Amino acid sequence: MSNGRNTWRLPVLLSIVVALMLGIVPLPAAVEAFRPDWVALTLIYWAMTLPRSYSVGTAWIVGIVVDAAHGTLLGQHALALCFVIYVTVKFHLQLRVFPLSQMTATVFALLALYQFLLFWINGVAGLHTDAVTYWGPVVSGTLIWPLLSMLFAGIRYRVRSDA
Amino acid sequence: MAAVKSDNQHRAPNAPALGLRFLLLASLSITLLVIDNRENYLDGIRKAIGASVHPLRVVVDAPISTWRWIVEASASRNDLQLENSRLEAERLLTQARLQKYAALEAENARLRALLEATPHGSERIRVSEIMSVSANPFRHVIVVDKGSRDGVFDGQAMVDASGVVGQVIDVGLLSSQGILISDPDHALPVEVNRNGLRTIAVGSGDFARLELPFLPNNADIAEGDLLVTSGLGGAFPAGYPVAVVESVTRDPKEPFASVTATPAAALNQVREVMLIWPGEPEGNADNGDSEAAESGTGGNAGPAAAESTDE
Repeated sequence: MSNGRNTWRLPVLLSIVVALMLGIVPLPAAVEAFRPDWVALTLIYWAMTLPRSYSVGTAWIVGIVVDAAHGTLLGQHALALCFVIYVTVKFHLQLRVFPLSQMTATVFALLALYQFLLFWINGVAGLHTDAVTYWGPVVSGTLIWPLLSMLFAGIRYRVRSDA
Repeated sequence: MAAVKSDNQHRAPNAPALGLRFLLLASLSITLLVIDNRENYLDGIRKAIGASVHPLRVVVDAPISTWRWIVEASASRNDLQLENSRLEAERLLTQARLQKYAALEAENARLRALLEATPHGSERIRVSEIMSVSANPFRHVIVVDKGSRDGVFDGQAMVDASGVVGQVIDVGLLSSQGILISDPDHALPVEVNRNGLRTIAVGSGDFARLELPFLPNNADIAEGDLLVTSGLGGAFPAGYPVAVVESVTRDPKEPFASVTATPAAALNQVREVMLIWPGEPEGNADNGDSEAAESGTGGNAGPAAAESTDE
């Protein structure tokens, strides 16, 4: 197991770092509203496939880094990611056996929950923002999920056959 | 925990442990949120984590700066010559304007001396490049490539060629974060250039619009008025253009007129900003205060100062 964990560590960490980088790439204003939340998608995937190594603790640390990188309230993304990953890990056995369409629908619900938490924390902190704009990342994230999960499945296949 | 269950990878994680861990982390996040929203004890932590993200920013910025370098390096001779002559013409024009400005500055200092008012200090300006913009559409935050190593300080004003861009909110070692004047969380004390009417310009969340929510219906303000920084908050040096009034709607039923303005700086197009070091950084706050006391006869000076110290 400890050996298995070590083979996984590098690809998972690398994917999280790439997700963080995709989150800070400057985009044109028109596309900006539809930037998928790469970090949330990546964490959901790994929490679903390797829930014993990557769950709420990882999500919290990554969330704090996201908060520092984006200048949001410290703890905002940490709390939202933590909650979404908690739900994911709770239901990871069901999620794994879902067909792709059903899994995508669940990811839609998880992303909507995530954005709702961010919206809610902003509201409590007194940063009132337009609620409609929160839907952009949810829609784009759901659309990108099938491709992303196939990509990650390919990576898993490679790592497993190498190990 | 790992040792006990190391034989079965596909077993569900220990449910109570997961719930407990989640509860602990959630309460920790909420504590952080409350502290971060009210106080600024966490600046050190933020700075440390921000510094660890710096390499990521550099990597993300690398392809963009490389592309710009390639474009510059492969520009044709003709294009370069055209650009060169255009810049030459622009430089001449600017210099001519500067000559007039030098005379005006001298005259202004002389007149202020006559009135026994404190002279406007000079300021040091340094160009810095924008490394990234916030991915969060509700926070208009940019990251620039100068940090505490270059002497950047908290609350420092950022301007571009045509007007005020924002101010520094978080200084890291090599980079710092700045908030744009269009952020819904940002308020800036301004005055109407035409008649010195003081008010506050609040960000709207839209790059092309500022709101002036505290003007009474009978305020002397009209479309096309230029708003400049009043310097009363102490953060911004006085006299930089901020925005041009776009629309004034006076509804007799409402206590305040609804006034919107278009920022003078192209907030979502800038690549470089200029950081301003006012003449004496220590004396700056005193200067602002004494100016406020000097001209603080109107009712607006109080709220203006309060609003800007809130930032």
